Amino acid sequence: MSPKARTSPVPAATDPAIIRNFCIIAHIDHGKSTLADRMLQLTGVVEQRDMKAQYLDRMDIERERGITIKSQAVRLPWELDGVSHALNMIDTPGHVDFTYEVSRSLAACEGAILLVDAAQGIEAQTLANLYLAMENNLTIIPVLNKIDLPAAQPEKYAAELANLIGGDPDDVLRVSGKTGMGVEALLDKIVRDLPPPVGDPNAPARAMIFDSVYDTYRGVVTYVRVVDGMLHPRERIQMMSTRASHELLEIGVSSPEPTPSKGLGVGEVGYLITGVKDVRLSKVGDTVTNLAKPAQASLPGYADAKPMVFSGLYPLDGTDYPVLRDALEKLMLNDAALVYEPETSAALGFGFRVGFLGLLHLEITRERLEREHNLNLISTAPNVEYLVTLEDKKMVHVTNPSEYPTGKIAEVREPMVSATILAPTEFVGAIMELCQSRRGVMGGMDYLSEDRVEIRYRLPLAEIVFDFFDILKSRTRGYGSLDWKSDGDQVADLVKVDIMLQGEQVDAFSAITHRDKAYAYGVMMTGKLRELIPRQQFEVPIQAAIGSRIIARESIRAIRKDVLAKCYGGDITRKRKLLEKQKEGKKRMKMVGRVEVPQEAFIAALTTDESKDKVKK
Amino acid sequence: MPGALPLGLPAPESGLLPEQAAIGSADRKLGLYVHIPFCAVRCGYCDFNTYTATELGGGASQDRYAATVSAELDLAAGVLTASGTAPRQLSTVFFGGGTPTLLPAADLATVLRTAVGHWGLAPGAEVTTEANPDSVTPESLAVLAQAGFTRVSFGMQSAVPHVLKVLDRTHAPERVPLAVQWAREAGLRVSLDLIYGTPGESAADWQQTLDAALSYGPDHVSAYALIIEDGTKLAARIRRGEVPDIDDDDHAEKYALAERAMAAAGLGWYEVSNWARTPADECRHNLAYWRGDDWWGAGPGAHSHLGGVRWWNVKHPTAYAQRLSTGVSPAAGREILDAETRYTEDVMLRARLREGLPTRVLHPGGRLAVAGLIADELIVAAEAFAGTITLTGKGRLLADAVVRRLLPD
Repeated sequence: MSPKARTSPVPAATDPAIIRNFCIIAHIDHGKSTLADRMLQLTGVVEQRDMKAQYLDRMDIERERGITIKSQAVRLPWELDGVSHALNMIDTPGHVDFTYEVSRSLAACEGAILLVDAAQGIEAQTLANLYLAMENNLTIIPVLNKIDLPAAQPEKYAAELANLIGGDPDDVLRVSGKTGMGVEALLDKIVRDLPPPVGDPNAPARAMIFDSVYDTYRGVVTYVRVVDGMLHPRERIQMMSTRASHELLEIGVSSPEPTPSKGLGVGEVGYLITGVKDVRLSKVGDTVTNLAKPAQASLPGYADAKPMVFSGLYPLDGTDYPVLRDALEKLMLNDAALVYEPETSAALGFGFRVGFLGLLHLEITRERLEREHNLNLISTAPNVEYLVTLEDKKMVHVTNPSEYPTGKIAEVREPMVSATILAPTEFVGAIMELCQSRRGVMGGMDYLSEDRVEIRYRLPLAEIVFDFFDILKSRTRGYGSLDWKSDGDQVADLVKVDIMLQGEQVDAFSAITHRDKAYAYGVMMTGKLRELIPRQQFEVPIQAAIGSRIIARESIRAIRKDVLAKCYGGDITRKRKLLEKQKEGKKRMKMVGRVEVPQEAFIAALTTDESKDKVKK
Repeated sequence: MPGALPLGLPAPESGLLPEQAAIGSADRKLGLYVHIPFCAVRCGYCDFNTYTATELGGGASQDRYAATVSAELDLAAGVLTASGTAPRQLSTVFFGGGTPTLLPAADLATVLRTAVGHWGLAPGAEVTTEANPDSVTPESLAVLAQAGFTRVSFGMQSAVPHVLKVLDRTHAPERVPLAVQWAREAGLRVSLDLIYGTPGESAADWQQTLDAALSYGPDHVSAYALIIEDGTKLAARIRRGEVPDIDDDDHAEKYALAERAMAAAGLGWYEVSNWARTPADECRHNLAYWRGDDWWGAGPGAHSHLGGVRWWNVKHPTAYAQRLSTGVSPAAGREILDAETRYTEDVMLRARLREGLPTRVLHPGGRLAVAGLIADELIVAAEAFAGTITLTGKGRLLADAVVRRLLPD
């Protein structure tokens, strides 16, 4: 057992030999934040009384959903064999949507703790991140968490982990973030096993940005890992991808509150503040250098965040449009991956087409907009980006079905992903059936252990962005897990299905689908709308069409009675309140031509039945 | 009286009315509604303010009720005078419930006498009581006629036993023609209340009810579509799947059956749910509600209206009796209608009448809707061109939609 460090190494004057940079790779609910909290406590950087459960997850939504969206880095002092060390714990986002951010966090470390729930075993995303860490040559410390749980099966999962990364099951550490059991031993092992960072202290400064966060009071806070040289306060720095230069107003480390330092040297991890207000000026993966003495080459691995999924966001109340616009502007300051442009829908009015990294990113963004800006929003069915080549060789990028060209089309390409699914063996049949129905092509299957498999599929992204994960969860009774990464594109036989009410096309219901699925979509959507749209004073035909060819039709019969024929006696007030309520109900309707369509229809029509009682991600 | 009371402004203990109530009162008719909050059985569909206990405490028992409600009439007379309204005789009086005839006829007579003592009856005044077919006798009806009642409205609801059972109505269908006959012999006009669209009622059942009701030769018929109100026993039974839910299309068909049968029997509609043999047989008391006249509503939960001031009494009979016993007005709350609200109510209520709504009262938005309503065959074109909004047969079934279109903002 090590005592708490008596002295903490001073930032900007720390020998790289006593620095250890590590991250924790774990699935959403495998206890990463609890373990991190325990480390903060054991190393004494957070006093017991200040302990807020899951200290590192700052945002409410993160805390509620128990997931980490934005990473943070904390410097922890830890003494081993009489030497004080500086441990930098870099928290990584825990979701597939944020793979790029994860890769940059990993690139800032020499080692990773592979944290797995001793009752559940490894999950697909963890496995994907583990592979990513191994590709980055990180030293892996396998750890089983929650060993205090009655359902824990440490032997079984230790064998699984040993099998995955090589080594002896006995080397797998067993901890409980909840009780603190084994956490000190883990800290010791980090110091002992992880290599110290290596860099050239005399070279021009190079630091990699692995996260940047917008703070209302301080502007953008940029988290960096210094590779070569040194950064000092008050000097001018330059972002190597954009060539933008800023004055370094403040530099420091988080422990875990921001603490200014005299600089950051080789191997150190900390934050920079330059006063800029937009995270786009501090891009994850970019290299920071000294303007006066710039580095020749930037650090490898920089890539622009690329939106994969697009959805229209519309205020329920049209007068909220300016509020939504301002809210998106604000959110954009803090989310470099968010892109948007104004969009108009005949059915939904004025809104924005917004690009996201994935479905979770969409859900979180929508929730933040609603919660932090008091908005009620409709989000249209998520879409991927298609590349349509017309016969005249003109190419069109389509992120919204309504932009789908009407002219002669030579070819349509759709984005593909390679997906990894982990699940108990008993569900292999169900998973294959699901993937097959989503136009997947199987890439392979491996047994992780006797009763767990890893199944690999190549699938069109469009087939998984909507409800795939929910259905996977329900068909595997919650045990299946999914990871995917972008994997090129393919030519596909796609068509646009339009939905018409009374002969009038409703853009919000149009979809781009595979030709084989167009009929099913048409039948499903027309049937659903028939249920969701209240009867009108006239008959309303609902049709699904590909171009001018009708593929499905339904009809809503005209309403015959809309009168409260009851004696309310002299209580005219009540009668008037009922009228006002009716009128209020009508206000929540969108007029599509002469047809009144309730907002709920837009929302409900875009959810599938199977995913309705979904396990929330 | 319906379920929940509205939220409004507080009403003063004295019951004194704001100035507005008196303005122009000399030109308006005055009516009186007396609520009798007792029933022998609570019907499964009913959300009105009524109680089955005979012994409610605090002066609210059935045998002391006539005295209690008379105390409100005494207070009313004082309030009307003190508030500066013009002295007026009563044009209409209506005893509703509940089941007014659950009280002895002599008690109803006492209450009416108190009212006449304060205000007097205008020549040709209409004085109605609601009644259950099984809570009247030739003698009790004679007592009522003697006391000045001119009209009785029987809650017949249906002629079909299985329908009555779903409604929890206890009377035997064969009792109705007898009750009608006795009322006629006592010299009273007769109205029958019917309900259509009860779960399990077939079109043939409803036709049978119409045929039966009309064969008794009523002067007036009200036919209301059953509405499932939250919190009623029937709502719970439907939720549990014990009886089928009601259906708007079924209601529409039955309304058409009703209109056809009434017309064949010589009764004409004068409000969406009301038919009368001649204009003289129309229920003038209800018309007063719809035309925005003045009336005082006495009894627990009763609603009143005077010159754009609406108020309502406390709901529970015990609380009601306690207030009156200490000389405090039983009014629980009130609202003072602004011009816009009065306009809304005017359109909402008068559009449902055969006499119609004059197009000249419509605001520009409403006037713009008229052409569309004609095109959709919801209002009668010729009458609209002549300056009145009158519903067509189709429009009567879609009256709420018509009203919403006339009130676009």
